[in-house]
Amino acid sequence: MNGTLKRVAVACLAMIALLMLNVNWLQAVRAENLRSDARNTRNFYERYAIERGRITAGGKVIAQSVETDSKRFRFIRQYPDAKLYAHVTGFFSPESADAVEASENKLLDGSSADLLLRRSIDLFTGEPTKGANVEVTINPKAQKAAYDALRASGKRGAVVALEPKTGAILAMVSLPTYDPTELSGTDKSKVFTRYEELAKDKSQPLLNRTIAQTYPPGSTFKVVTAAAYLEDDSSRGPDTQVDAPQNLPLPNTNISLPNYGGAACGSGQVTLQYALEKSCNTPFGKIGMELGYDKMKEQTEKFGMGTQLGVPMSVAGSDFGKEEDKAALAMASIGQRSNRMTPLQMAMIASGIANGGSVMKPYLVSKITDAKGDAIDEADPEELSEAISSETADKLRTMMVSVVQNGTANLAQVPGVQVAGKTGTAETADGQPPHAWFISFAPANDPKIALAVIVESGAANVGAEATGGHTAAPIAKAVLEAVLNK
Amino acid sequence: MSEVAASPVPMPAKRRVAQLVMLALAVLIVMGAYANVGLAVDGRVPAGMLAYGLGLGGIMLVAYLVLAKFAPWADPLILPLVTLINGLGLVMIYRLESAKMAGASAANQIMWTGIGVLMFTATLVVLRDHRMLQRLTYTAGAVGLVLLAIPALLPGSLSEVQGAKIWIRIGGFSIQPGEFAKLALVVFFAGYLVAKRDVLALAGRRLLFIDLPRARDLGPVLVTWGLSLLVLVFEKDLGTSLLLFGTFIAMLYIATQRTSWVLIGILLFVGGAYLAGLAFDHVGARFDAWLDPSNDVYYGNADVCLEDPPGDAMCGKSYQIMQGLFGFGAGGILGTGLGQGHPELIPLSFSDFIFAATGEELGLTGLMALLMLYALLVERGLRSSLAARDPFSKLLSGGLAFLLAWQVFIIVGGVTNLIPLTGLVTPFMSQGGSALLANWILIALLVRTSDAARRPPPQAIQNEGLTQVFQR
Repeated sequence: MNGTLKRVAVACLAMIALLMLNVNWLQAVRAENLRSDARNTRNFYERYAIERGRITAGGKVIAQSVETDSKRFRFIRQYPDAKLYAHVTGFFSPESADAVEASENKLLDGSSADLLLRRSIDLFTGEPTKGANVEVTINPKAQKAAYDALRASGKRGAVVALEPKTGAILAMVSLPTYDPTELSGTDKSKVFTRYEELAKDKSQPLLNRTIAQTYPPGSTFKVVTAAAYLEDDSSRGPDTQVDAPQNLPLPNTNISLPNYGGAACGSGQVTLQYALEKSCNTPFGKIGMELGYDKMKEQTEKFGMGTQLGVPMSVAGSDFGKEEDKAALAMASIGQRSNRMTPLQMAMIASGIANGGSVMKPYLVSKITDAKGDAIDEADPEELSEAISSETADKLRTMMVSVVQNGTANLAQVPGVQVAGKTGTAETADGQPPHAWFISFAPANDPKIALAVIVESGAANVGAEATGGHTAAPIAKAVLEAVLNK
Repeated sequence: MSEVAASPVPMPAKRRVAQLVMLALAVLIVMGAYANVGLAVDGRVPAGMLAYGLGLGGIMLVAYLVLAKFAPWADPLILPLVTLINGLGLVMIYRLESAKMAGASAANQIMWTGIGVLMFTATLVVLRDHRMLQRLTYTAGAVGLVLLAIPALLPGSLSEVQGAKIWIRIGGFSIQPGEFAKLALVVFFAGYLVAKRDVLALAGRRLLFIDLPRARDLGPVLVTWGLSLLVLVFEKDLGTSLLLFGTFIAMLYIATQRTSWVLIGILLFVGGAYLAGLAFDHVGARFDAWLDPSNDVYYGNADVCLEDPPGDAMCGKSYQIMQGLFGFGAGGILGTGLGQGHPELIPLSFSDFIFAATGEELGLTGLMALLMLYALLVERGLRSSLAARDPFSKLLSGGLAFLLAWQVFIIVGGVTNLIPLTGLVTPFMSQGGSALLANWILIALLVRTSDAARRPPPQAIQNEGLTQVFQR
């Protein structure tokens, strides 16, 4: 019987070899597919298995993981100032994430290659993997001031503030907002129901208006037109006389561009500075037509428009609009045609002027440290573009200071500080109240902060160009005061 | 005869010290794994680790001493191999219990391990010569049949758990008589085939290229085949029927040395399985789940299955197998590490699917090692069968070793979706008292035959030269 026994022995080995081959096939070849199968709930639990890093702003914790009693979900995400930082931190839901939680996910959950060394040390010391901590550039005081002031207005809107010298984002507020805690729970159905509610909400609480939404810039765009005009001929300055008719006839049409409410602008010939102070339409419309589409577009691009930006969340593209006729160009030159700007883009324009013409690349993450506190990465401020010459920047600065001191933006004055600014009132559709804009920086001679404020459908017909000044400027003032400790 | 000289069998040694060292190593590995689970789950060495370790160590020391006294010539590798597999099973069950998996109980399993080793030693002490079993051939057959049939005859309230009618439940106590029936039937097969092997091997007509046996000799095969189908029908126990049928065919082949038996067996089985698949929903469901497990139609609505504990009959027919495959995938090559995966998501991961749970946490690496342990155990059994001196011993130990390998193949193949899934335990790993006891008795029988095979023959009183009886 030994012959058959040997054959049976071979058959037994063959059976086990077959099992081995099959296990190899499963765990080496098919593993990735099985792991990533949407029905594999392990991915879901895995999200909550590691202690994600903290997100901090100015040393203040704005997102952290806390241990739970549950065996399946070891850590759950907590947001101490939930609504205040919602659009900065984002949320960490069972199947997705948003904002910094999403863009820095690999660092926060420790899977990034940058953390390889840390992970290997942990492996040897037997410590559980912890994600890296992310410090954001937000200044908690600026954020709070912006949030409170915008909320007090009772409107939807956005505030974004930058540090002109570096491009660090000091405040990023978008209202209405949401509570990221509600979207970061482990109860899938609850989270999804809440998300559906928020997604369907007409007021769009999930939308980060500072970077993901574009608006017609209105009169704030006149600083760009003015910049292009000054750059075009360096002999021009704030005192240069410009034509300011009551109505500017638009070529090849039977309509003409009026000033707001059909008002006159001085005596028909005013200084550039006066035109900006009073935010007259006709001089800037005329300037735009004289410069032509290419020069206007080029100037906007020099301020950063058209560059794909990630702060690290991706920023919606701002756009000067297509080339049309002269009439359209005149309208675009006062920010009222096809040009669409994100609040961040407008803040970058203010920041570029504040920084002597150099626009810094905006960024939100200042520092990454591993769980032991060792720095892994630190932000390195980077120039995005040289938008205007420093002479042009000085001239614009003078004019914008005058706007706040003598013009439409006197509500943005901060005692003891020179504030530069420009208001805007962007008409939307007929019968709809306009959006109120304000861009600003301060102190004018050594800018610490530049910002853009938009209040959607700010106020209905309060008066010529006053809406940006009335509604948006006080919000800017609150933020400036918070940062400048006034 | 010259053949003996041509293939010299190395003089067997007792190797008692080597066995003790390997045994200690096995217990140490298991204790290390316990510590690993505790550190991963609670961040500290589990309080009961020393107790579990000492308990396991103590049990195995007793087994070792009994072995040294009553079967000193037995293969030294068998006990350490079983100890390691049994210990890893304990750790996995402990790990699943710590994940609050309903039904998993490490304390229960270690108690059954103790009783299993007790049965192991009792078998060795009582059964000094396994050849006496040959005299019990028909008794064993009758006992096997009765054990197999009891659950089918009992009312469902006493015998049915989760659709399978394979239990005897009295009070809080339950056993699966089928597990013991396997052993009795292997003894019966061995005895019957030794008696009939010549008739089965030689009588018959040749048709085309295979030798057909006589109808009356074919009887036992048909009876066993019918029996396994009956088990399948009444008890919904696909695993056991497949196991018994396959083992019988293998033993028939060993005894008669005729390949035709294997071919006939396979044909009968495939035909039977095909008909069963058509006739019975629960068999057809296994085929569907096997052929296309990831199909959403078979996977079903996972929300039902995610309840704690999962309502297993409610979710789709391929839900369990897919969860097992997800576990294998999650484990990958190196595994998640003990205590760091989610094997509690796999329904029945402490019993039928313990191999998937192990695959998730120990990875491909761990499974290859585990399969190697099984391979070694089976091959050691077959080796003692080769060395055995009489046909009954050869057939008995060969059958037992094949039973073990076949059992591993059916359940592991099922869990890894190589073959359709049939419910069986993974020997020595799955939680369950009956299976553990039966398999420990199986090991005792292997050890007994191995002891007899390796024991040096008594010195002849009169040296009659080179005359020996050669047994093929």
